[in-house]
Amino acid sequence: MTIINPILEFKEVTVNYTSSVQAVKGVTAAIERNSITAIMGPSGCGKSTLLRAANLMHNLYPNIRIGGEILLEGRNILDMESIEVRRKIGMVFQRPAPFPTMSINENVLAGYTLNGIHLSRAQKADIVEKSLRSVSLWDEVKDVLTKKGTFLSGGQQQRLCIARALALQPEVLLMDEPTSALDPIATKHIEQLITQLKDDVTILIVTHNMGQARRIAAKSMFMYLGDLIEYDDTKKMFTDPANELTSAFLNGKMG
Amino acid sequence: MSSDKTFRVLLFTAALIIPIIAGGIIYSLTADSYDALRHFGFLRFLFSSEWSYTDGAESYGALPFITGTLLTTALALLFCIPFSLPVALFVGEYYKGTKLAATLSTVTDLLAGIPSIIYGLWGFYTLRPIIIWLGISDEGSGILTASLVLAIMIVPYAASLSAEFIKMVPNELKEGAYSLGATRLEVIRKVVMPVAGPGIFSAYILAIGRALGETMTVTMLIGNTNNMPSSLTCTGNTMASIIANQFGEAEGLRLSSLIAIALMLFLITAVINMIGKILIKRARIA
Repeated sequence: MTIINPILEFKEVTVNYTSSVQAVKGVTAAIERNSITAIMGPSGCGKSTLLRAANLMHNLYPNIRIGGEILLEGRNILDMESIEVRRKIGMVFQRPAPFPTMSINENVLAGYTLNGIHLSRAQKADIVEKSLRSVSLWDEVKDVLTKKGTFLSGGQQQRLCIARALALQPEVLLMDEPTSALDPIATKHIEQLITQLKDDVTILIVTHNMGQARRIAAKSMFMYLGDLIEYDDTKKMFTDPANELTSAFLNGKMG
Repeated sequence: MSSDKTFRVLLFTAALIIPIIAGGIIYSLTADSYDALRHFGFLRFLFSSEWSYTDGAESYGALPFITGTLLTTALALLFCIPFSLPVALFVGEYYKGTKLAATLSTVTDLLAGIPSIIYGLWGFYTLRPIIIWLGISDEGSGILTASLVLAIMIVPYAASLSAEFIKMVPNELKEGAYSLGATRLEVIRKVVMPVAGPGIFSAYILAIGRALGETMTVTMLIGNTNNMPSSLTCTGNTMASIIANQFGEAEGLRLSSLIAIALMLFLITAVINMIGKILIKRARIA
């Protein structure tokens, strides 16, 4: 498999929780621009840890150490300010968590208000509508924009959180099991949405749901105990896995 | 009678005695303040600022003391916030779960356990001379001095409860804000404080409840004069300190007036504490 046009590159990335506990053990992988890449693996394999390294989430916890290089457009983000990195690399979390004290409107604009960026009223309205349209939430909420985001259903809340991340126009969107707290119908909605979004943003998604990876991802990684075992076109990996561990995982013989 | 039944009877008797005592306190406060309230009328008693016990021209009004109580409490709250809020953020957010935070919260809690007479002594022999030296007031004692020490006394109540609510702000909200490029200060200002806000507010209500009734420290530091306070640095009395000062020598109408003040203080603190507890309950559920 060749990555023609990478936007993000992991080079020998290691993540240590303590000096003896290494959750990610030297992962090297390039992520194709404007495509969807899935990271799969059993619980505790380090997939979320690797994902969180890509927007410097680990910097919030002083004991965690990251090694290696993570290049965004050729620049090592580990040498950049975390604030700058996080504006370029957005994130969506497992459980939908809109800010409970903010309205739907304010939630979408939170990235700007939190950074102290002032926008005109027209700009705000424009960003809110565009972001909510891109997650197909606009028609459902356009009349209740001033209501609290927490009144929405779980699936709607998660779409609101995606809109919140997209509002800042990130280059990469990291998704950490974004549908694991949702029902099947909401999950289907989000999956459709993700496939539509890839034209505007590169998506790296962690999932423990193999079906999800097969449905939406062009390329897939399989991680096990902190190692990247296999990384290939999703189709190739599901039909003809190169590694026995991958095959065991895909056949449901592992976690 | 079986031992089970005996135990139950004992249990019920014990549980019944407490409300009876509470009811008894309210009853005797009401009954004993009746004379004063009837003699002066409730509103006149409330709004009169005269406190004179010359024979034949007795006149008692609670306004100077209500004012003293409200002033000391408000000032104490004002002085307490810039110390308790940082402590709460330090313990609940910045150094959450570290030894440093545990040490700080232990020391803060220790402040809550110090008997108020010790605060009074410290205020009298250490703070009062400083106030005089700074030229803030001639006597050194007064509303300001009492409020300063009162502020230190309520810091632990406000800080430890606020820290608890700050700790309860879900990590996913904070990470969500960080993932949008927010700095720590912005996360605290725009996510942590708004979410923990109702809880922090209730913590301060409870601190107010504590400040309203504090007696010993205030009595030692406020200067104990019975006229209407004319400035923040002048001497005065609170509802609690006038009672502590005069109950021993008072009789008749004066005693009844003191008890009427006690009844009001009781009602005010009861209401404030109740509001605080309801707010805390609500903030915990939300």
